Amino acid sequence: MSPKTLYDKIWDAHLAHEAEDGTSLLYIDRHLVHEVTSPQAFEGLRMANRTVRAPDKTIAVPDHNVPTTPDRVNGIENPESRIQVEALDKNAEDFGIHYYPVNDVRQGIVHIVGPEQGWTLPGMTVVCGDSHTATHGAFGALAHGIGTSEVEHVLATQTLIQRKGKNMKVEITGKLAPGVTAKDITLSVIGATGTAGGTGYVIEYCGEAIRDLSMEGRMTVCNMAIEGGARAGLIAPDEKTFAYVQGRPHAPKGAQWEAALTWWKTLYSDDDAHWDKVVTLKGEDIAPVVTWGTSPEDVLPINAEVPDPSSFAGGKVDAARRALDYMGLRPGQKLSDVEIDTVFIGSCTNGRIEDLRAAAEILKGKKIAVKRAMIVPGSGLVRAQAEEEGLADIFKEAGFEWRLAGCSMCLAMNPDQLSPGERCAATSNRNFEGRQGRGGRTHLMSPAMAAAAAVTGRLTDVREMM
Amino acid sequence: MEKFEKLSGIAAPLPLINVDTDMIIPKQFLKTIKRSGLGVNLFDEMRYDDDGNEIPDFVLNKPQYRDAQILVAGDNFGCGSSREHAPWAIKDFGIRCVIAPSYADIFYNNCFKNGILPIALPQDQVDVLMKEAEKGANARIEVDLEAQTVSTSDGEVFPFEVDAFKKHCLLEGLDDIGLTLAKADAIDSFEARAAQARPWV
Repeated sequence: MSPKTLYDKIWDAHLAHEAEDGTSLLYIDRHLVHEVTSPQAFEGLRMANRTVRAPDKTIAVPDHNVPTTPDRVNGIENPESRIQVEALDKNAEDFGIHYYPVNDVRQGIVHIVGPEQGWTLPGMTVVCGDSHTATHGAFGALAHGIGTSEVEHVLATQTLIQRKGKNMKVEITGKLAPGVTAKDITLSVIGATGTAGGTGYVIEYCGEAIRDLSMEGRMTVCNMAIEGGARAGLIAPDEKTFAYVQGRPHAPKGAQWEAALTWWKTLYSDDDAHWDKVVTLKGEDIAPVVTWGTSPEDVLPINAEVPDPSSFAGGKVDAARRALDYMGLRPGQKLSDVEIDTVFIGSCTNGRIEDLRAAAEILKGKKIAVKRAMIVPGSGLVRAQAEEEGLADIFKEAGFEWRLAGCSMCLAMNPDQLSPGERCAATSNRNFEGRQGRGGRTHLMSPAMAAAAAVTGRLTDVREMM
Repeated sequence: MEKFEKLSGIAAPLPLINVDTDMIIPKQFLKTIKRSGLGVNLFDEMRYDDDGNEIPDFVLNKPQYRDAQILVAGDNFGCGSSREHAPWAIKDFGIRCVIAPSYADIFYNNCFKNGILPIALPQDQVDVLMKEAEKGANARIEVDLEAQTVSTSDGEVFPFEVDAFKKHCLLEGLDDIGLTLAKADAIDSFEARAAQARPWV
């Protein structure tokens, strides 16, 4: 048998049909659904008199629209948001799919809930109408975002029409320096490859620095594969993966666990597998980074200066000029001099318990020096754990708002938004124009770096506070 | 789905790289539970000021581009969020074809599900078409999906590549769920095999 990559192996195990021209039907093991990209798909099913083929493999949770203030138990005030969440309530019930409603303690961001509940397992195919579905790749699953028409297609057929992508290896060698995190890895990779560097590829992240990451860290790395253009990013499962999965509510048990483990241990790229593209970064060379522009590729070490647009080539010259204008920055300005109004810690990128621990480490006994700061846990269970560990008290004493779970200010569909010109240190994944609110200015960074910025009121090298 | 065969129309120039789907349709318009009516909010934050008035400099607000059916743009068009609201807004505005050097994968796929043809051409050819588009109503661009060509009013012809299956669906206006359901036997037998091999799923 010819050598295969991990992606090749998962692809082959899920191929339900392949036409002569390579157009394939890929079987989907888990379909995650949220309220924003699904109502039109369910409506499509009803109009065509179709059903959900595999409701037991379909899991829904509202996250994008939900308010994160404690008063949400009384209902959602915004009528459009409420209608969308109620539509999901109804669709989940009508079609008999697994559901975590807004006031269930297990509710949270779909990409945090899936792994937490054991829905996401190694070797699976996982899709969701959300581009950050790549998160689940941390388990050695083939996971990617789809549009609403494809959501409808998966609901109706449990398959996707696909063509196989190319294989890209991203290796991070060696050890990370203190203060450098999974977020710095994933942003640095995008800085090196560009936001379109992964287009058409499935990325496998490997190397010692990736192996050393916790499952939470690996999810952060895979989460942002899409910001590098790759639909999916994955990491071969290992003992850490198995330990994370074991005992979760929907993980296999008993004899099935043993059978699953036997297969999962075959899920790695063969030594002489073919790679269409290889990118290697040295772990030691990665610094704590922040973004300066309006694309995730606009990333630099915190001790760098804002670049001169004329230092770029092609369309990037105008793009960088436009970005600096939007961000209110000037070439040569030290990034560590940039003052911050707001801090947002949360999102599917960095809303897990390890992220909250990293922020608490910096915030312990300190006060914020920004206008407002909020921590939005990725799920109700993350929130409960943070309270049990005493992290919530640290945040509240520092002056942070301690919120309920949801996507919140990552995409600002709920009331958590930036005002025009408001500058935010954010642990989310996109610094696009208007992403966090019209005219809002986003700098992406790790939870520790965001916590450091909250304490000093400016972009700050977290290493100075360790 | 609406068929796409041939199109001859005005092309609007948008010479920006990395046009993301947040730019194409900002999040406040994602609260709809319908697919229609998003055209008025296409590129909303570039197109309207804080008070909702049109920004005259924005290309789609200029008189000569109000009826544009083609959009010519820079590299990595449609990056970011998977929101299908982006192609819905483009289509609802009246644009049926986008021409750019490259696209983000999810957006590219979403276009084909909505009767929109995204064409990828080399940068130098996009540059020619961008210049053509800047002539406004004086230069119509012709797109022929069957022949896989884009032609300028000066008679320059650029061939483009498109996946044969996607082309077929677009030319015929096919519902791909219907096509897949016709292969239900293959899915049934896959499920039976998978239940043996990986019963824990």
